Amino acid sequence: MAEKKRIKSNLITYGIVIGMYLIMEILMRTGNLSSHLKGLLVPMTYYAIIAVALNLCVGILGELSIGHCGFMCIGAFASAIFSKLTQNALPTPIRFFLAFVVGIAVAALFGFLIGIPVLRLKGDYLAIVTLAFGEIIKNVINAIYFGVDSKGAHISLNNVMDLGMEPDGQVIINGAMGVTGTPRDANFTIAIVVLLLALFVVLNLMNSRDGRAIMAVRDNSIAAESAGINVTRYKMMAFTISAAIAGAAGVLFSHNITSLTATSQYFGYNASIMILVYVVLGGIGNIRGSVIAAAILYLLPEMLRGLNTYRMLIYSIVLIVMMLFNWAPAAVDWRNRVKHKFIKRNA
Amino acid sequence: MALLQVNNLSIAFGGLRAVDDFSLEIEKGELYGLIGPNGAGKTTVFNLLTGVYKPNEGIIRLDGEDITRKNTIEINHAGIARTFQNIRLFHQMSVIDNVKVGLTERFKYSGIEGVLHVGRYKAMEKAMDEEAMKLLKVFGLDSERDVLASNLPYGKQRKLEIARAMATSPKLLLLDEPAAGMNPNETAELMETIALVRKEFNMTILLIEHDMKLVSGICEKLTVLNFGRVLKQGETKEVLDDPEVIKAYLGED
Repeated sequence: MAEKKRIKSNLITYGIVIGMYLIMEILMRTGNLSSHLKGLLVPMTYYAIIAVALNLCVGILGELSIGHCGFMCIGAFASAIFSKLTQNALPTPIRFFLAFVVGIAVAALFGFLIGIPVLRLKGDYLAIVTLAFGEIIKNVINAIYFGVDSKGAHISLNNVMDLGMEPDGQVIINGAMGVTGTPRDANFTIAIVVLLLALFVVLNLMNSRDGRAIMAVRDNSIAAESAGINVTRYKMMAFTISAAIAGAAGVLFSHNITSLTATSQYFGYNASIMILVYVVLGGIGNIRGSVIAAAILYLLPEMLRGLNTYRMLIYSIVLIVMMLFNWAPAAVDWRNRVKHKFIKRNA
Repeated sequence: MALLQVNNLSIAFGGLRAVDDFSLEIEKGELYGLIGPNGAGKTTVFNLLTGVYKPNEGIIRLDGEDITRKNTIEINHAGIARTFQNIRLFHQMSVIDNVKVGLTERFKYSGIEGVLHVGRYKAMEKAMDEEAMKLLKVFGLDSERDVLASNLPYGKQRKLEIARAMATSPKLLLLDEPAAGMNPNETAELMETIALVRKEFNMTILLIEHDMKLVSGICEKLTVLNFGRVLKQGETKEVLDDPEVIKAYLGED
């Protein structure tokens, strides 16, 4: 019975995403969507994806990370470099698919490597170190110059001239100017497919042997160990998968703009905390909530641009209302009452 | 040969010899009690047996296998499961999932199969559900299978913790003050549960307890610890009647 309930709940989650997609597609096809809003659809989706990734880390594994945008940054740059290098060599669908493979794999690798020292820490300490790693990733990428010519790859930390490239060379990462001219392969449909895949992976994981072990580590690592659960292994597993999904969001990010730079606005700790806000308000451990909260909280400030000075005021009021609605005991009671009434009427 | 054989176990924390020259033999199927005043080193013995602490001296053998230097996870796989003095459940997970965590190492399928829900996933999950329900039935928790562990009443939380330990199919079960915080009714019920575990699974049990009624009621043999050293070892009745033991517990006249 619990199994059926779980499957039903998962289907509702997929249904909400698909429903949202269909509504947006219909509005777009019938020309009812402003170009401003159209431009927000892909970012909204990749923020939902990274919120799901962060919820895996914070809600399911129980470790607070505030550097997740760093993994998104890695996914974005790895895939952008790949796409630029193969722009003329591969047809678009294959290239974009491989860009996902590269972005996810590199982000997962970094998740694994960073996880080794970071996951030895607990609580606040872990949060601070993830924050530091997020910043380090962003700053290192800002300092790298990377180019390719007939002789092979060149790398420098000083400037473009230092690369010493042949005339036929191509600069891929131009320091703080980042990567320009990445093909804009991403669109809303692909973004939604990636979101559905991310949800599929996380929801299925939660309902499997490994997922239960991860949640056991979260609830009580001492008891988990004495029940034969390899705590380190499962922490690494969850953290790496979380980084990989954040990397997928990064691939969408870099293939949705022509000029990719590692700025604080997108990859700094403020951005990481914004995603943490999505996760907390959507409900820690509640994957569906993360998607909904990311969509609402990303679109809202953008939609309110017309109101200018009142924009952030309204945004913060919405934050408070959502927090109350989700967590205040009175609100939870009220929600349960409404739910019961609804079920009774249907029965 | 004894199932658990402990020889001359010692550990010191700084200058304090918390456990000193501790030896113990438990035969298969025995219910053995470890008692002693507060601070005598009982829980430290448990932590040594389960690899939480590494002893300075001594050897621990389970079923002939030397497990002295193994870590907690390896010792669990070797066949020792335990419960805790202060209950440690996976409180945000359902009752059945708590038990299924204990089954993790016995019903295996790959991570890929788990994420895609293909291959061995369905069959293994079904087998795990059946095995978990079998255990929950023994402990009378089958009607609460989908309840969150933190929402169970205290007595049932204790039972669930034992059920989870049993799920790892141990050779030896360690119970750390199972009756702590229980009223007489709950204690009586717990005694029945422990008797049931022995009968159903033919389990060897080592338990720490303060409740003398429980100890004298179910334990066959006792070891009394005092200041980290063995004060007396032997048949329950004989040990409890020993003047040295009475002195350690009740003080001198």
